[in-house]
Amino acid sequence: MRIEVASERSVILYHNETVGEKTTAQLKAIGNAVRAELGEKLLDLVPSYQSLLVIFNPLLTTHTDVSDCLIKHIEQLPPTTPRAQSELVRLPVFYDLEVGYDLERIASHHNSSIEQVIQQHCMNIYQVYAIGFAPGFAYLGEVPEQIAMPRLESPRPKVEKGSVGIADRQTAIYPATSPGGWNIIGRCPSELFNPEKDPVMPFKVGDSVQFLPITKEEFLTLGGTL
Amino acid sequence: MNTFTVVSPGPFTTVQDAGRVGYHDIGLTEGGPMDFRSFAIANRLVGNDENASALEITFGGLTLKAKKPATIAIAGAFVPLMINGKPRSIWQTQQLAAGDEVKLGFSGLGVRSYLAVSGGFNSPQWFNSSATVMRESLGEPLKKGDELEAGSTAQVRNKLNYLDQPSLRKSIQLRFVAGYQWASVAKEQQQRFLNCEYQISARNDRMGYQLEGDKIDSGIEKIYSEGISKGTIQLPGNGQPIVLMNDRQTIGGYPKLGAVISPDLDKLAQLAAGSSVRFVPISPEQAVEEYRKYRQGIESISFI
Repeated sequence: MRIEVASERSVILYHNETVGEKTTAQLKAIGNAVRAELGEKLLDLVPSYQSLLVIFNPLLTTHTDVSDCLIKHIEQLPPTTPRAQSELVRLPVFYDLEVGYDLERIASHHNSSIEQVIQQHCMNIYQVYAIGFAPGFAYLGEVPEQIAMPRLESPRPKVEKGSVGIADRQTAIYPATSPGGWNIIGRCPSELFNPEKDPVMPFKVGDSVQFLPITKEEFLTLGGTL
Repeated sequence: MNTFTVVSPGPFTTVQDAGRVGYHDIGLTEGGPMDFRSFAIANRLVGNDENASALEITFGGLTLKAKKPATIAIAGAFVPLMINGKPRSIWQTQQLAAGDEVKLGFSGLGVRSYLAVSGGFNSPQWFNSSATVMRESLGEPLKKGDELEAGSTAQVRNKLNYLDQPSLRKSIQLRFVAGYQWASVAKEQQQRFLNCEYQISARNDRMGYQLEGDKIDSGIEKIYSEGISKGTIQLPGNGQPIVLMNDRQTIGGYPKLGAVISPDLDKLAQLAAGSSVRFVPISPEQAVEEYRKYRQGIESISFI
């Protein structure tokens, strides 16, 4: 693993292994240990696919001390990856041409059928690699090659709340209506970010997510809007 | 009873406190004042904690009507201030009586001014902060007719020594800590970046400042999205650097060259299109030292 300076108040740890469950679990374990040790010297942590950004209070500590703390906890990682406290979050999705504007394009791009695209998307359990872009937006991966799809050339000005999208081998749900360039294949009726609730979102980095296909009727009963 | 009614909000006025810290893991950005030093001085002038909620006024244009007595101070960009039609000074406290009208003209020098009120604004909080972040639907800009409530209305009288005011020059140096992918960028491209005087483009806002000048080829094909710290210099596909500010996205997948230090971000926040910047690298140790000096400098200001 490698540590680089990122800013006046942060260093970034890069994992040397490929993106995956093990990398995420190790970054998470290091993050937890650093959080416990630094206490109020720590301002924030941003875990992502292959990195962990550690933001500290420069009035209370320095790059060197924070890096030393990281190195110590990297060395103390157990040889076998700790099973991170990972939850399986099951989310209903209404896959249909009515809400899945790009289903047909993905199917024809891969010379397959809409049904196969839906099936492939549901067949996997995905991991939360990172949260960002917008509040509650979770980057999930990875979808099978058979449904991978490059981002739209020009983003849509409006993607409805709950839209489930694919970009390359990543998939995600838009927690709120926003502009977006991902390929939309369905819509999830569940609330994914609510500042009034505790927790405010159903998943965190390292959790697993499974998509369950539902009918239009179920979608509406669960509070989905078309 | 509320303290102020918004008669005219100006082009873009928001409530800010020192910012939202500790919520990057759910995708929330920091928010907070773009020019922290001016914000903190405005608060200190009226006897507040330096992190109290105040108004960030972009390009001036705000008019408030006082509904009860209050002590206010304005700091930051130079804006003509009128109270009941009479010119008054910024960078010092002003006592308001019920019925007084506070009117800010359009900023002549600089972009962002801060209006603090004794006792701070009692504004709604989300995630322990009143910082408005429009992109996240946390708060919204002031509108005509909005009512604002202040805390206590203690009477204080303070004035900042003119030498402690920022210079608001239109051509500045941005000291930065080289980092992230900097070491992977070819030496000649690094030099190209350091040699160029970059112009501030029209695309500058609370999220980031898009610069225009020599294109930098990072030579980096693809990186995984990673955490973005305040002041990060990002290099998108077109090779023109963007300095990411308070309302930046929390993660991003473009190569990054490092990050501008806080005292210089305050200066950048006062620049608009047509101004220019140069990047000067400093070591992480110097950056921490500069930051401590900067915060100490704000804390130790004594008023006259």
